[in-house]
Amino acid sequence: MRFVLRGREPRWLAPAAVAVGVLVTVALTAIPIRLAGANPPAAFERYLVTPLTSTSGLYEVLLTATPLLFTGIAVALAFRAGYWNIGAEGQFLLGAIGTTAVGTGLPDLPAPVALPLGFAAGALGGLAWAVVPAWLKRRVGIDEVVTTLLLNPVALLVVQGLLNGPWRNSESGFTDSDRLGTAYDLPALVPGSRVHWGFGVAVVVVVVVGIVLTRTATGVRIRAAGQAPRAAEFSGIAVGRLQFRCALVSGGIAGLGGASQVMGVQHQLTSGISNSYGYTGVIVATLGGLGALGVFLVAFLLGDLSVGAQNVSLVLQVPAQLGAMFSALLLLAVLSAMSWRRYRVQWRPPRASAASESQPERGPTR
Amino acid sequence: MSGAHSSNGRTGGPLLELDGLTKRFGELVANDDVSLSVAPGEVVAMLGENGAGKSTLMKMVYGLVRPDAGTVTMDGRRLEIASPRDAMAAGIGMVTQEFSLVETMTVAENVALSGLGLGRVDRSAVRRRVTDAMDRIGVSLDPDRLVSMLSIGERQRVEIVKALFHDCRVVILDEPTAVLTPQDVRALFETVRRLTAAGLGVLLVSHKLREVAEISDRVVVLRRGRLVGTRVTGEVDDAELAALMMGSADAPTAVSEPDTGAALGLEVEPLSERTAGGARAAVLEIEGLTLTRGSRDVLRDLTIRVGGGEIVGVAGISGNGQTELVSVLSGTEPASAGRLVVAGTDVTRAGVAGRLRAGLGRLTEDRRGSVVPQLSVEQNLVLEDLPAYTRRGLLDRRAVRRHAEELIERFDIRARPGDPVATLSGGNMQKVLLARALSRGPRILVVSQPTRGLDIGAYRYVHEQLRALRAGGGGVLLVSEDLDELRSLSDRIVVLLRGEVVGEVSAVEASAERLGVMMAGGVPA
Repeated sequence: MRFVLRGREPRWLAPAAVAVGVLVTVALTAIPIRLAGANPPAAFERYLVTPLTSTSGLYEVLLTATPLLFTGIAVALAFRAGYWNIGAEGQFLLGAIGTTAVGTGLPDLPAPVALPLGFAAGALGGLAWAVVPAWLKRRVGIDEVVTTLLLNPVALLVVQGLLNGPWRNSESGFTDSDRLGTAYDLPALVPGSRVHWGFGVAVVVVVVVGIVLTRTATGVRIRAAGQAPRAAEFSGIAVGRLQFRCALVSGGIAGLGGASQVMGVQHQLTSGISNSYGYTGVIVATLGGLGALGVFLVAFLLGDLSVGAQNVSLVLQVPAQLGAMFSALLLLAVLSAMSWRRYRVQWRPPRASAASESQPERGPTR
Repeated sequence: MSGAHSSNGRTGGPLLELDGLTKRFGELVANDDVSLSVAPGEVVAMLGENGAGKSTLMKMVYGLVRPDAGTVTMDGRRLEIASPRDAMAAGIGMVTQEFSLVETMTVAENVALSGLGLGRVDRSAVRRRVTDAMDRIGVSLDPDRLVSMLSIGERQRVEIVKALFHDCRVVILDEPTAVLTPQDVRALFETVRRLTAAGLGVLLVSHKLREVAEISDRVVVLRRGRLVGTRVTGEVDDAELAALMMGSADAPTAVSEPDTGAALGLEVEPLSERTAGGARAAVLEIEGLTLTRGSRDVLRDLTIRVGGGEIVGVAGISGNGQTELVSVLSGTEPASAGRLVVAGTDVTRAGVAGRLRAGLGRLTEDRRGSVVPQLSVEQNLVLEDLPAYTRRGLLDRRAVRRHAEELIERFDIRARPGDPVATLSGGNMQKVLLARALSRGPRILVVSQPTRGLDIGAYRYVHEQLRALRAGGGGVLLVSEDLDELRSLSDRIVVLLRGEVVGEVSAVEASAERLGVMMAGGVPA
């Protein structure tokens, strides 16, 4: 049996690869579920199906998906341009800081002013955190993967520093900030549910980025710069400048996610505000094929999983971390399946007793 | 002279035999059941167009590619060749198109490198063996010179010595003349004759008929991965070989055509249809162009003028500033000094977009660096004109599609508008680039190695298009290492050496010999 490069790729192959990835993930996660003493099929049903069977469950899923939509599309945009922004986590946190700053500093503004201002402050915070790595990349050529990634824990330290110092809660003395002015509370999207207008903003951002990427000249330039920078440069596209701008916009969008989480859910800054949304955004973007529709679907799926995981851990008494394990395995399995699709398996009958002086095979393909 | 030793050589039966070699890459069949043999003292030439499967076959023999089926035997003994090391051990040596020499080491060290085991190196013994090997095949090179100081032809000789260092008995030369000046080609053939006189077998891969006729005893022809004919060199004419290479359908008429002749490396006569150059206004003026990298001038004080309706060739051995000249003209690298004027507009400081607007068209040797492989044909076709296809902020997809369909029709591109460019063949990719450049109606087209790696059909097509541009009053600056191509197209040819223009000749005076002497830095008689 050998693996041979495919000539042409049939149309059904990509969906089939995703399906194989999902099946492998299910098979692998069944083992720890079993070890935890639960019945895998029942667990999978609770992970994936149960959250969608009730309206309240569905709202929870949308609420959980909201920050992932922001960070997912932020990462997807940067990746498309060939700028490997792994710093959505830090940019998300700085967005939360920006929103908290105006929300606690100017608490008495009327809502029509306060809400846009809160989002703008969040976007600005995220953008500011993205400037330094983007500038270093453009001017000195320092690898943005390293700089954006390493700035994430720094952002968390900034949050913790603020909460332990100047922003410590003035009433309780806990390490949470004061509550934002009530004008900054994002109204519920559906009255009575926890889904807030941040979800609406997220959908608009995803759709706009999707249109820009697929339907505009800028989108073609971004893809050209990301896929073949030399050819893009040859065609007169200023690749460095384009990547710089995409990096800033990406940071701004991640910052919007922070703003949405502060104004829609927590209404104050806490050190746990992010829950790794920035890192999960990388999964969302990558699994979503760096496209708007894909980001939407994967964010929804991971929201579903995460709501389901809480349910599973309550009902079936298995660790809540299994949900995170599921999504991590899903990423690895699907990406592996996608890279394997370039090969096909060639079955060969065992060679008829090769001459005795023949040497052993040295590898699968030469 | 080849007849003399081929007769004594063949008495011992074949030395190297390939039997039924087959190789598939996905659905592409690179070689289909190919069998041939090389006798001691014999030169077998393998002819075939680009893409006919010559290189794959040679790589299988040398252990760089594993065959799907078939066997290689040497002296009647079947070989299992899994790596070049196995091939060398069996007595097969190969000189590839790309050299693998360590530039910072001497000739002797490079030769010895491939034969080094572990432990101490006896330098004087190594040096003696290397000198012996060179004497045996009549190569005179100072074994202590650094490879970085050698010319391309000399480096090739080092590669040959390297191949022979392992008591090899069959030497494979893969397109050995592609990078050589005519003088170096003659020296190479002299070496080949020495090898065969010593009883070695030589397998020479080429797509140039003239060379084949000069050096080989036997010719085998590959077409689309299959062996379509074996002929004794003395008993076959060019037309028949060309017909075998190209398929009989369009060959007999085509071979008399100058483009085909140039593609096959036949003797080409400069064409008489050319206009008298210089009559029209200049469309490209390069004045005192200098490009400094580090502290070295890779281009020095270059002055070239191209008039409308004129093709100016740029000749030179690879690495004498051609690539840099093209990238400076293209706008991807700024000039250190000098002036560039395109059709009356000074573009010295302009970026790519400004140069395109001034009327510059580009078709560079780096095809993969000119297209975005994952984008579709239609998107690549409008990549340089995106603003023109934007309506109310959105890309006008219907206009883009129409533009693509028009160009696909006009330039006979074998692809659909939505196909990713990565799926196109080399020839079709070149047509996409040609279409993109020509559809903008350039006043001057800068072209570099426009036909490298193309099959004969695409070769002729590209040349026709360049002639059509000239006939329409456009200018062409043609950079090429293929002298046949330069001579069959150009009105004038300038010669580059170490980044400087060292001479200019009109097409009529530009014999291959004369150009070769100038390219090597000599003064033509």
